[in-house]
Amino acid sequence: MTTTNTGGSAVQQNIIELVDICKDYNGTEALKNINLYIRKNEFLTLLGPSGCGKTTTLRIIGGFEEPTSGDLLFNGVKINDLPPYKRRVNTVFQKYALFPHLNVFENVAFGLKIKKLDKKTIEKKVRNMLTLVNLAGFEEREIDSLSGGQQQRVAIARALVNEPEVLLLDEPLGALDLKLRQEMQIELKNMQKRLGITFVYVTHDQEEALSMSDTVVVMKDGTIQQIGTPIDIYNEPKNAFVADFIGESNIIDGVMLRDYLVQFAGLDFNCVDRGFAEMEPVDVVVRPEDIQVVAEDESKLKGEVKAVTFKGVHYEMLIDSTAFRWKIHSTEMAPVGAKVGLKILPDAIHIMKKVATK
Amino acid sequence: MKKNWLSYPYLVWMFLFIFLPLLLVLFYSLTTRTEDGLRFTLAHFQRFMEPIYLRVLFRSVKLALFSTVICLILGYPMAMILAGNGFKRKQVMVFLFVVPMWMNFLLRTYAWMTLLEKTGLINTFLSWLGLPPLNLLYTEEAVVLGMVYNFLPFMVLPIYSVLRKIDKSLIEAAEDLGADGFTVFRKVIFPLSLPGVLSGITMVFMPAVTTFVISRLLGGGQFTLIGNLIEQQFLLVGDWNFGSAISMVMMLVILVSIGVMSKYEKENEGSGLF
Repeated sequence: MTTTNTGGSAVQQNIIELVDICKDYNGTEALKNINLYIRKNEFLTLLGPSGCGKTTTLRIIGGFEEPTSGDLLFNGVKINDLPPYKRRVNTVFQKYALFPHLNVFENVAFGLKIKKLDKKTIEKKVRNMLTLVNLAGFEEREIDSLSGGQQQRVAIARALVNEPEVLLLDEPLGALDLKLRQEMQIELKNMQKRLGITFVYVTHDQEEALSMSDTVVVMKDGTIQQIGTPIDIYNEPKNAFVADFIGESNIIDGVMLRDYLVQFAGLDFNCVDRGFAEMEPVDVVVRPEDIQVVAEDESKLKGEVKAVTFKGVHYEMLIDSTAFRWKIHSTEMAPVGAKVGLKILPDAIHIMKKVATK
Repeated sequence: MKKNWLSYPYLVWMFLFIFLPLLLVLFYSLTTRTEDGLRFTLAHFQRFMEPIYLRVLFRSVKLALFSTVICLILGYPMAMILAGNGFKRKQVMVFLFVVPMWMNFLLRTYAWMTLLEKTGLINTFLSWLGLPPLNLLYTEEAVVLGMVYNFLPFMVLPIYSVLRKIDKSLIEAAEDLGADGFTVFRKVIFPLSLPGVLSGITMVFMPAVTTFVISRLLGGGQFTLIGNLIEQQFLLVGDWNFGSAISMVMMLVILVSIGVMSKYEKENEGSGLF
């Protein structure tokens, strides 16, 4: 399956293009025909479960892996076998990969020293960068005396100080606790906007992807499932996998009776989708927050509450109808054992083509 | 931590066979037997300050340093090859490397004698080619060769084990920041391998500076090292007091060098052998 970005205006320039990239590891296909365009100054996230090929894609852009076939273009020039040290790209590694034998200043100055800038310029740039990441005054500190969040920021500073055209980030927030992670998400997004650098970000955390990105690329088994803005991806998932991976979903087998009418759970529902064959089997996806719990006689679809969990903002209820167990998020709770009706509005029903089963 | 008693047998062993003998050596080195009985004296140490003995100390340190440097030059690339990913037959290599160590150290040294002799393998080969025989055995070079041959594994192994543990992502990070192969080595790999290098140096230098077998077999007794001197005093001359004093001097040399090493290691945040 190949997919390309859509909706980009012609003015925006592609800084990186992956054309039909495949990657084999001893006969195992890690990437299958990846086509992807990364525009200048965008925040693009590769999102997917582990083993989906997102890190491999990033490593190919960084120069640590060579694609088995296909082309990698940087500003229109093929760079398949350009070694990493010649690329105008810098990476923030998953476990930061800070040099343990150097202190904070020396770590950040590493790239600049290799470029043989003069001492004063290096000093100035490193201090500015450390101020930017809120680590002014930490110059002489040893790496292992820093907390995870601080190490994280040193890693970002070390990469950004080289003024790369593209910054690659490989699950950089994975090791941080929730609160720090959320803070760093905002900081990273701000930094990206302020510096005008293209970010390519790898994560398996869908919330992180949705809240930071301009473009989200959902991957699975070495293929791209969908490319789009966070809103598109959340509201219009292309298939059941994307729907399930991006947030929670109820996915139920259905049959498309005709345009705008679908049958599932033994009932007919109006919907907003069309263009399917008559009687075509489909996946029906309904978000847990899009189902309303109403009095039993107000809806044809009825069920019994089996479990209720308090989740903070909302309650999560599991409600059994005759054919399916629905997951529902609501701010109002129905007690366990209650018989209720379930109401699903037409625009809450997302119809997806069945993906060929293995 | 309640199982302290498990270490008692070893503590007894240490006391009987290490601590007590050391005390005895110290005692001998500071005493002399006269008609009126034992007397404390520093005369043995004073005697060691005579040029003839200092020259022996100097030669021991010089040959040991030579061997250590050669071991480092040979051993570091070897350790890198072993630790690298590019090498397919790594297992075979490590095996070949370890096999000679299963053989007795003396036998290996004797083997070198038969190679280097006037009528040995190398000279026989040279005479086939119509070249004059070389004087190979009983030279300083032969002694250094013997030291390098015997102690090289002790240089390679600690460096190898440190190199193998270096996180590959550090190397990638350096490349990512613009470092080519040599710069990666100079700025990341080598500094991170220093603890291994230091313990390698220690493990080669110590036995090399104290050896007496290699210098006797391959040096033919012409190149008396401090180890030979001690052996002579105990076994030939029978002057245990002077022999003990030399032993103490040698221990001092070793302790000082370990001290220098460990200080250097601490500065580098390394964790080595000591």
